[in-house]
Amino acid sequence: MRHLAYLAVLALCLLGTLPLEVWLGVRVYRRPRRLLLTLLPVVAVFYLWDVYAIAADHWTFDPAQTVGLVLPGGVPVEELLFFVVVPTCAVLAFEAVRRVKGWR
Amino acid sequence: MSYTLLSVVGVAGALLLDLVLLGTRLVRRRSFWTAYAIVLVFQLLTNGWLTGRDIVTYDDGAILGARLAFAPVEDLLFGFSLVLQTLSWWEWWGGRAALAEP
Repeated sequence: MRHLAYLAVLALCLLGTLPLEVWLGVRVYRRPRRLLLTLLPVVAVFYLWDVYAIAADHWTFDPAQTVGLVLPGGVPVEELLFFVVVPTCAVLAFEAVRRVKGWR
Repeated sequence: MSYTLLSVVGVAGALLLDLVLLGTRLVRRRSFWTAYAIVLVFQLLTNGWLTGRDIVTYDDGAILGARLAFAPVEDLLFGFSLVLQTLSWWEWWGGRAALAEP
């Protein structure tokens, strides 16, 4: 189970924010095209940052706590998922604040 | 380039995107800062998990050395850049969709 340590925290982020979509009705997952167009440039920028940081040894990942699938540039698959999950959660939080507070 | 320098560049790039390139000006809205404050709390939790368990370890030569909830302070700038870039694109695409409506 230890190899799921990174993946588990991402799953928790998605589960934890799901009520915002389901019960608060923020309509983020229901605008998949806009979400995809938002994620593409962000994933591209941060993936490149990750490739550089890994090559420069700014940070390293514990092979025992990741699933072991490594993408081009030495990037663990969890990192790619991080750059999808965290921005998605940020959008959900942003839309939730706007909905609850009525701010633009 | 050190992580410290890159993280500052990351914030500058995000501000440039928001204020100039896309012109979404989210950093002038309380909706953005409220959302960011919420995300920040969860960032400290998840980052604490990732660094406290040594899932990710940092090269001491690439960071200043100051840490918050196990994670280097540079991660705060990294996270801010990630959130601002994301919400700026989200807002920009939303504005374009509104313009396209009849």
